[in-house]
Amino acid sequence: MKDQEYDQIIRSLSWSAGPGCHGGCGVDLYIKDGKLEKVEGVEDHPYNMGTLCPRALAMKEFIYHKDRITRPLLRTGKRGEDKWKEISWDEAYDYIEKNMRALAEKYGPETMAFIQGTGRDAGGWLCLLAYNYGSPNWIQSLNGNACYHPRLNSMKITMGDYVAPDASQFCDKRYNDESWKLPDVYMVWGQNPVATCNDGNHGHWIIHCAELGSKLIVVDPCYTWLASRAAVWLQLRPGTDGALALGMLNVLINEELYDREFVEKWTYGFDKLKERVQQYSPEWAAEVTGVPAEKIRQATRIYAEANQAALQWGVPVDMAPEGLTVATAISYLWVLTGNVDNPGGMAIIKNAFGVTPYPMSQDSIMEMYGDAMPPEQLGKKIGGDEFPIAKEFHWRAHADKLVEAMDTGKPYPVKGAWIAGTNFLCGAANPRYWMNAFLKNEFNVVVDLFKTPTAMALADIILPAATFPEREGVRAWWTPLCAQRKAITVDQCRSDGEICFDMAKRMNPNFKWETMEDLFRFWLEKSGVTLEELREKSWISPPDGHPTKPYYRYEKGLLRPDGKPGFNTPTGKIELYSTHFERWGYDPLPSYTEPVYSPVSTPELAKEYPVILNTGSRVVSFFHSEHRQIKSLRNMEPYPAAELHPETGKKYGIKDGDWIWIENQFGKARFKARFREGHMKDLVMVQHSWWFPEKGPETLYGAFDANVNLLIPNDVYSKTGYGGSHMKSVLCKIYPAESGIEGIYEGGEA
Amino acid sequence: MSKGLLIRYDWCTGCRSCEAACRQEHGFPANVYGIKVEEIFLNKGQTFNNVPIPTDLCDMCAERAEEGKRPSCAHHCMARVIEYGELDELSRRAEEMDGKAVIWRPKAKPAVNPQDGGPLY
Repeated sequence: MKDQEYDQIIRSLSWSAGPGCHGGCGVDLYIKDGKLEKVEGVEDHPYNMGTLCPRALAMKEFIYHKDRITRPLLRTGKRGEDKWKEISWDEAYDYIEKNMRALAEKYGPETMAFIQGTGRDAGGWLCLLAYNYGSPNWIQSLNGNACYHPRLNSMKITMGDYVAPDASQFCDKRYNDESWKLPDVYMVWGQNPVATCNDGNHGHWIIHCAELGSKLIVVDPCYTWLASRAAVWLQLRPGTDGALALGMLNVLINEELYDREFVEKWTYGFDKLKERVQQYSPEWAAEVTGVPAEKIRQATRIYAEANQAALQWGVPVDMAPEGLTVATAISYLWVLTGNVDNPGGMAIIKNAFGVTPYPMSQDSIMEMYGDAMPPEQLGKKIGGDEFPIAKEFHWRAHADKLVEAMDTGKPYPVKGAWIAGTNFLCGAANPRYWMNAFLKNEFNVVVDLFKTPTAMALADIILPAATFPEREGVRAWWTPLCAQRKAITVDQCRSDGEICFDMAKRMNPNFKWETMEDLFRFWLEKSGVTLEELREKSWISPPDGHPTKPYYRYEKGLLRPDGKPGFNTPTGKIELYSTHFERWGYDPLPSYTEPVYSPVSTPELAKEYPVILNTGSRVVSFFHSEHRQIKSLRNMEPYPAAELHPETGKKYGIKDGDWIWIENQFGKARFKARFREGHMKDLVMVQHSWWFPEKGPETLYGAFDANVNLLIPNDVYSKTGYGGSHMKSVLCKIYPAESGIEGIYEGGEA
Repeated sequence: MSKGLLIRYDWCTGCRSCEAACRQEHGFPANVYGIKVEEIFLNKGQTFNNVPIPTDLCDMCAERAEEGKRPSCAHHCMARVIEYGELDELSRRAEEMDGKAVIWRPKAKPAVNPQDGGPLY
């Protein structure tokens, strides 16, 4: 169909729901007779440069899927039974308001938890609702908060800001912009950017840079496509990332490869760090990680010799034991080499124009919604008493402590949950513990697009969420500032934004905004950009010299509230010896911790469970637990796969393509073996979050058939509360299964 | 003057956006491919290449071309490794660049509908 034959082509942005990811790709939505016919990437959008992923390109199939929930559903049977009554939105809102008010009266509003999954747009809206209802207990459904939060908090603590690799995303002309430089080296630590866009950055930017000439250093136990293109591939034992980072710091310092001028001028505590890393020689690191010492030296030299080097890190950093400390050690690689707010290095990242639809610091929440949250109420945030980081820095409550409170009633009863865009029965460690804790709740609301295992098991009411073409919105994570436009309506679906806004208004008599547009305008107030201007242009990047655009802002006094040069830390410098950690009684310097379950820490257990279990390998056609019912995407990956070296397969009687059991002291699950010759031996790399919509509600859609999280404990996490979920490193045994999982879709259908 | 695709598969990540873009553009069912990425492991698994292969159904998005647009696969490829143009120009491009690449051109009369693609449909 030609462009002129469509009724409308509406320019918008693809932030979830739909593709599900954290990305913000510019899209044109082609509309005919009120229906979406096509999604096309916007060529000159600086984020995606015209490109789109398979999930965004399958939006039509997703939006008009027969199983989508399109009306509010009130449960009429028991939890777990597929018995529902369609009700109107007014009835749904009344019912929820009545229940939430009753809970607040009985236990105080902190009794209601607001739970999101990954960085979808629902998160910011949950925060608005939680704070206007009066609960500080907004969480992400992941153990040890081990998804970006350990990395973010580490950076905030030692550097005063968040930092990300500079792949030219701040420049509208991207790779052709003269103010930008190509990273000589792009180090990718524990991530498969081919399949993901993580944390507000597009994964394929790395591939673009590599093709332009950036040398790749890849840290991964698996032979990923990216590893196959690397100048140096560091194949480490899962969970030992901290040892590798410390070994590299040792080389960097002892071989005097660091940027002396930067270190002297802009860092604090170098001598103490130098002294600390003496014990972490490359030979020691080689012994722990399995990476030869010479390779550790070689990678460090290549990294340090670069004029500018970028470093992309992934969630294995957070999930390593003491993940926050591991993140700190890795971050010192870029600090010691002076790769800070430099072109083609590591940029200090701030939301474009300082606009915050999705708060990622406690300060920004208080600035926006603090009126509704008195300090004593904020002080009830779960995890704040145990973990100073949760109290002072982190903007959410502590996930594990919150679920514990549901289970035990301590430190106080948590009796209600608003669950939006998260299917934690498939995504959280020890999912049965989570399920049983949530079953104790007096009231559970689920907002989602499909009946997921989590919705089926737990919801008392399900609200039908809208996908991104069905809603208005504003995004600034991190750059540019973008507008989302509503292009279609699907039956009675409403956006998380609209639902949370409506409920927040009901809950807070002093709610400050009449319409969502009023709130958008409030967000944009400081930016100097009007909502009309933003909608007209679709996206706007901060101009040169703006405090939210790099480079070298620490020299210009653009990072500290007092306007002085330096960093927003107590010493005004990047702290290689952390004064915050010292104040809290933690080790102020980085150190190494071995995984709780490993051939080294539990050799006896390793006799029974000799294989290292690494979970969470990403698949481009799925986003975590989503898209299993979207046929064209499922056809790309019909089965839950477990990748392993052929020799490891042979050792345990497994052939390529066999169904296998993966089992340990916590549980077991079935997967289909896929041989990969390059992978580390005695390792199995397993996909996560599988369920089978085709199996029907009676079995909770097969939520526990291929659920690798049954093998992951939920009570193991870092001392700081941040990191260490061990999803990348526990032990298991593997053996052929007598049969595959019954009743599952085998792929190939139209 | 005939046109074709320069596929710089050295940098094809196997993201399969080309498959999805093609399917959306042509309205193909979920099991029909106008282009398919083959993941190829050779030499003890060390040689790892993804190669997008257009099928009999590829017409290089003739309708888009009339509006001056690139084929949907070239437009959406996340690694940006599919280039569309005159064959001689693509050949010159291939000479200038490093990295593995192939130049592809469609049949004179591509099977635009899946049912025309072979006796099985």
